[in-house]
Amino acid sequence: MSTTLESAPAAARPQQGRYRSTKVRRQRVRAAWTFLAPMLVALTLVAGWPLLRTFYFSFTDATLSDLSNVFFVGLENYLVYDDGQWYGVLADPIWWRAVWNTAYFSVVSVSLEVVFGIIVALILNAEFKGRTFVRAAVLIPWAIPTIVSAQMWAWMLNDQFGIINQILMALGIIGAPIAWTADASYSMWAVIMVDVWKTTPFVALLALAALQMLPKDCYEAAEVDGIHPVTVFFKVTLPLITPALMVAVIFRLLDALRVFDVIYVLTSNSTSTMSMSIYARQQLVEFQDVGYGSAASTLLFLIIALATIAYLYLGRNRLNLGGDA
Amino acid sequence: MLKKTLIAAISMATSTLAATGQAQAADLTISCGAVGAELTLCQEGVAAWEEQTGHSVDIVSTPNSSTERLSLYQQILSANSSDIDVFQIDVIWPGLLGNHLLDLGEVLGEDAAEGHFPAIVENNTVDGRLVALPWFTDAGVLYYRTDLLEQYGFEPPETWEELTEIARKIQNAEREAGNGRMHGFVFQGRAYEGLTCNALEWVASHGGGTLVESDGEVSIDNDGAAAALDLAASWIGDIAPNGVLNYTEEEARGVFQGGNAVFMRNWPYAWALAQSEGSEVRGKVGVVKLPHGGEGGDNQAAASGGDNQSAATLGGWNLAVSRYSENRELAAELVAFLTGEAEQKRRAIEGAYNPTLEALYQDDEVLEAVPFFGDLYETFVNAVARPSAVTGDAYGRVSNAFFSTTHDVLSGSKSGEQAVTDLERELSRLKRRNW
Repeated sequence: MSTTLESAPAAARPQQGRYRSTKVRRQRVRAAWTFLAPMLVALTLVAGWPLLRTFYFSFTDATLSDLSNVFFVGLENYLVYDDGQWYGVLADPIWWRAVWNTAYFSVVSVSLEVVFGIIVALILNAEFKGRTFVRAAVLIPWAIPTIVSAQMWAWMLNDQFGIINQILMALGIIGAPIAWTADASYSMWAVIMVDVWKTTPFVALLALAALQMLPKDCYEAAEVDGIHPVTVFFKVTLPLITPALMVAVIFRLLDALRVFDVIYVLTSNSTSTMSMSIYARQQLVEFQDVGYGSAASTLLFLIIALATIAYLYLGRNRLNLGGDA
Repeated sequence: MLKKTLIAAISMATSTLAATGQAQAADLTISCGAVGAELTLCQEGVAAWEEQTGHSVDIVSTPNSSTERLSLYQQILSANSSDIDVFQIDVIWPGLLGNHLLDLGEVLGEDAAEGHFPAIVENNTVDGRLVALPWFTDAGVLYYRTDLLEQYGFEPPETWEELTEIARKIQNAEREAGNGRMHGFVFQGRAYEGLTCNALEWVASHGGGTLVESDGEVSIDNDGAAAALDLAASWIGDIAPNGVLNYTEEEARGVFQGGNAVFMRNWPYAWALAQSEGSEVRGKVGVVKLPHGGEGGDNQAAASGGDNQSAATLGGWNLAVSRYSENRELAAELVAFLTGEAEQKRRAIEGAYNPTLEALYQDDEVLEAVPFFGDLYETFVNAVARPSAVTGDAYGRVSNAFFSTTHDVLSGSKSGEQAVTDLERELSRLKRRNW
C-alpha cells in the first residue's frame, strides 16, 4: 500500500524530481536493510540453523548419546517397508493419534477462546465502575507462566484432594470424585479447559483493542434507526473487528498446534492426550532417537506451515469478498 | 546450537537452585531423588561426609518420576557436562548410561563392591566396568491396614482374587459406616516406568512371564498375562479410585497414609513414612509379599511346572560418577562413603531403605526398626528384574509400549487379550531392529 502512495506522485513529477526521489528511496531501502540485518542474522542463527539441523538429522540414524557418529539413512525415519511391515513415523499409529489429538485440541480450544474472548472484550469495553481494575485482573491467567498455572490446575483437578471435585460434590452435581486428568474420557477436556482459561485473555485483549478503535458514527446511526443491539453486533461490530480476530486466531492456532507444556504437566505422556510436540519430545529425549524424533519434528513443522498458509489464503479471500461487497 | 543453549539454560537453572544458601562454589555436586524422605536422608549423609572430609557438596534434587529423571540425566550427560559429579541412577540404567560413567573399580580398587548383593553388582557392571555402586535395593511389597483386616476378620491375602474380595468388602463396609473416601487398593497406575513395575508383577505372578525373557524372546502374548491385565482393569472404579490411573508412588502413599486405603502396592520406603509421627495410619500398617494369581487352570503356570508364584519387581538405586566430572577421585570417595555400611544402616533404620549389604539383614537394630526386612528377605533376593539388560538401548521403548498398553487396558479402552496380542506384535517389531 505504501509503495503505491509513494510511486504515484513520483511518476507525476518531472524527471529531475524523479531522480532525486529514487536516490532518496535507494537510501531508504539501504537504511531499511541496515536496520533489518541484525534481526535477520539473529533469526538465521536461532531459527534457521536449528531448523536445518533438524531436517538433516531426520535423514540420519543419530542418537542423543552420540551425535557425532551418524549415518545417512534416507527416508527410513519417515517410512520404510522392511520384512513385510511398514516402519517409520508415518506408519506409527501413535503418531496419527497425536496428529488427531493436536488438531482436535487446536480447533476446539481456539474456537472457544475466540467466543469467550469476544464476550470478555465486549464486557470490558462497556463503561462501568472499576473497569481498569477488572481489565488488569482479567489478564492474570495470561501473565502466569503455563507450567505454573498447569500445575496449579493439576492440583485443583486432583481426584483425592482437588478443590474442583470438592465443590462439585458439595453442590451435589457429581456423586463421586472424578479423575479429571487420569480418565481418558475427561482428560482432553480438562486440558482444553485449562488452555481456554489461560489464553482467553489474550484474545480478549486483541478484540478489546479493535473494539476501542471502532468509529462511533456507525453506532449513532444504528441507534437513530432503532436497530436491535444484537443485529448491530453481527452486522457492524463483528465485521469490523474481524481483522483483529484473524490475527488473534492465527497466533493462537500456531501456539495450539505446537502445544506441549499444558498437556505434559497435566497428563504426561498419556496417549489419549498426546500432542505432536509431546510425541517428538518423547522420541528425541526419552528414547534418545534423534533421527526419528527429528523426522517427527519436521512433519510437525510442515503441518504447521501448511495450516498457516491455508489459513492466510482462506482468510485473504474472505476479507477480499467482504471488501468487494 | 539450540541444544547447547538449552542445556546451558537447564544446568544454569539447576545450579542456581542448588547454590541457594551456598556462598562459594562447592567441590562436588550430587543429584538425589526427592521421593518420600530421600532428600532429607541424602542431605544428612552428605553433611556427615562434609564434616568428615572438609569438602563442600551441592545437592540437586531431581524430578520424582523416574522417566523424567532419566531424560534429564541423558541431556546433561550427552552434553558432556561436568555440572553434576555424582548421579543417583536406577537399577535399569547402567546399560543405558554406562558409556558416560566412570569405572569405579579402577578408582576405588577391585574390591569396591564387596559385601553387596552379587546380582546387583553384576547388574551394575557394564563390559567389565563397575559403573555404579548399589545404594539401596527395592522390591514391590503389599501394605495393608492391620486394624481394618482384624476388625473385619481377614488374613492378609495370598492371591490377587482374595485381595480383590477383601478390599471390596472392607471398602464397602467402611463407606457404609460413613467413611466415604475409603478405597480398597491403590498402586502406581500413571503411564510411566512405575506402571511397568506394577504390571510386571501382575503378569509374572500369573505365570505370564517377564515381557521379554532373558534369551530375548518376546513372551507377553499368553493367557496368564491377559488374565492378569483384565483383573487389574476390573479394579479401576471398583476397589481402586479412577484417579489411580494418574498415580505415582507418592500419590498412592498420600491416599494410604491419609487412612483412605485398605491395601497399597509400594516400595519399602513408604514404611518409615507410614509409621512416622503425624501419619494417620501409624501403628496400623502391615507389610507382606505381593499376592499371586489364583489357580484357574492356566496352562502357562502348568508349563512352568507348578503354582503361580508371587513376584516383586526389582527396583533400587545406585550411585555413579560422571566421566566428565572434574573431581573424579573425590566423587568416587563420596560414593564409597554413601554406599558404605554405616550410611546404609542409618538409611535403613530412619527411612526403611533396603540395604544392599547382606550383613545388614542380620543386624538387630535394622530388624527392629523394619521388621519385614527379615520376613521378606527372600522376596528382596528373588525379585524379578525388568528386561533392561536384554533389550539394551531399546528398553525405554519396550517399557513405554508395555506401560502405555497396560494403561489402555486399565482405562478400559482395550481388553487384556487384545492388549497382549498388540503388545507382542509391537515388541516383535522392536526386537527385529534392536536386539
